[in-house]
Amino acid sequence: MSVLLDNLDVLLAGFRLTVALAAVSAVGALLLGTLIAAMRVSPVPALRAAGGTYVNLARNTPLTLMFAIFVFGLPELGIQASFFVRAVLALTVYTAAFVAESVRSGINAVQAGQVEAARAVGMTFGQTLRLVVLPQAFRSVLPPLASVFIALTKNTSVAAGFGITEAVFRMGGLSRDFPTALFPVFLGVAFGFIILVAVIALFFRFLETRLAVVR
Amino acid sequence: MSTSVLYDVPGPKARRRQRTGSIVGGIVLAALLALVVWRLASQGNFSASKWEPFTRSTIIGALAEALLATLQAAVLAIVLALVWGALLAVGRLSDRPWIRIPAILIIEFFRATPVLLLIFFLFFGFSSQFDDFGSIIGLDNLGTLGPLVIALMLYNGSVLAEIFRAGINAVPRGQAEAAYTIGLRKSQVMRIVLIPQAARIMLPAIVSQSVVALKDTALGFIIGYTELLRTGRSVFLNFNNIIPTVIVVAVIYISMCMLLSRLAHWLEGRQARAYGREAVEAAESAVANQ
Repeated sequence: MSVLLDNLDVLLAGFRLTVALAAVSAVGALLLGTLIAAMRVSPVPALRAAGGTYVNLARNTPLTLMFAIFVFGLPELGIQASFFVRAVLALTVYTAAFVAESVRSGINAVQAGQVEAARAVGMTFGQTLRLVVLPQAFRSVLPPLASVFIALTKNTSVAAGFGITEAVFRMGGLSRDFPTALFPVFLGVAFGFIILVAVIALFFRFLETRLAVVR
Repeated sequence: MSTSVLYDVPGPKARRRQRTGSIVGGIVLAALLALVVWRLASQGNFSASKWEPFTRSTIIGALAEALLATLQAAVLAIVLALVWGALLAVGRLSDRPWIRIPAILIIEFFRATPVLLLIFFLFFGFSSQFDDFGSIIGLDNLGTLGPLVIALMLYNGSVLAEIFRAGINAVPRGQAEAAYTIGLRKSQVMRIVLIPQAARIMLPAIVSQSVVALKDTALGFIIGYTELLRTGRSVFLNFNNIIPTVIVVAVIYISMCMLLSRLAHWLEGRQARAYGREAVEAAESAVANQ
């Protein structure tokens, strides 16, 4: 137990990095994922096909491979970026596919009458999507989005294998330095993740009650 | 073309606009792709010398061995997770609180913990024990395979337990009620009536979760289990051909996972027609969203 308290600053620094990775990637994945979902329901066949291909490829790629592509491959393209940026890119590209699938299922769940009414008053596809469909779609997919972002938070740990000193990386270091304290170190870091997961779940439940619409 | 509710059936003008949109969008995407290919080509990534290693029988053999190692880890993890998940689900559905509550705690703990954290815990803490056990049963790579498989078992077992619970709850209530009425005990109701029906409802979800487990075996790379990615790394460190190697490894991984995903999708359609879409989707919704 004292190992945890003595190294609290190390662990907290690790978790700060975990939260930073998760937060930046979450924003990126939400934007990219929504764009991909819009492409998948658009009237333009080329965009539909491109969105579908993206989701199919990204969902069937192991996250570790995605990290390898961005961490080892990006410098080969002549793009110089810090480890943090490359990790965020890998997480964003990976998670966006899951966000896109959730948002698309939400778009499909919006009542047909809403869309028909929007079209009847002469809205274009973009207007229909932006003003009528997406605001309702996001509300209905808050629970699956919460689980996507929880998975993202846990997935940031893969960055530990590629030299990012986030929480799981610190756990590895501490358990090597203090082999006798393996259990407290493991449980301590696991507890940190459980708190993060609980915070995300509570935040989304709060959003749900806040944004609930009476039908 | 199936008509979407999101936009009107295009008239001649809209059709023309959509065609331009398609062409412009296609050109933009193709240009992006071409830019990446050109950048790669200008660094000599498509020269024959960088791809030549993949024609050597030693490299092909090493990759095949690595593929087997990946599949070995995946199959072991899935089988063990099914057993562990079934046990947890039985505990979770028990009427006795002193069985149910520990089961809930175990399920929730391992669902909220990153798999890599579990792998590190088992690897740093028990690698030598795994090694010793491996030399007894004749598996020389158990020092890394063991932590990987056990961690995947613990995580996927928890998710599968939730899938099993959702599947059993998705069987129409009348089935269990009828079984109780003719005097069956709870264990009989489970064994004879609920589980055979639930198994079919949740088959697609189980296959979907297997894709997650298969993808996660790549985490073995981080602790040095010689699976596809680790072998790929040795190849590109030897021949200095990062991009070709990453492409080869990615194609193998993605085609494997896609095949399994297709199977899950096909099963989903089939079982949904037989047992009702809602029941199958209820089980599917418990699949880890990652």
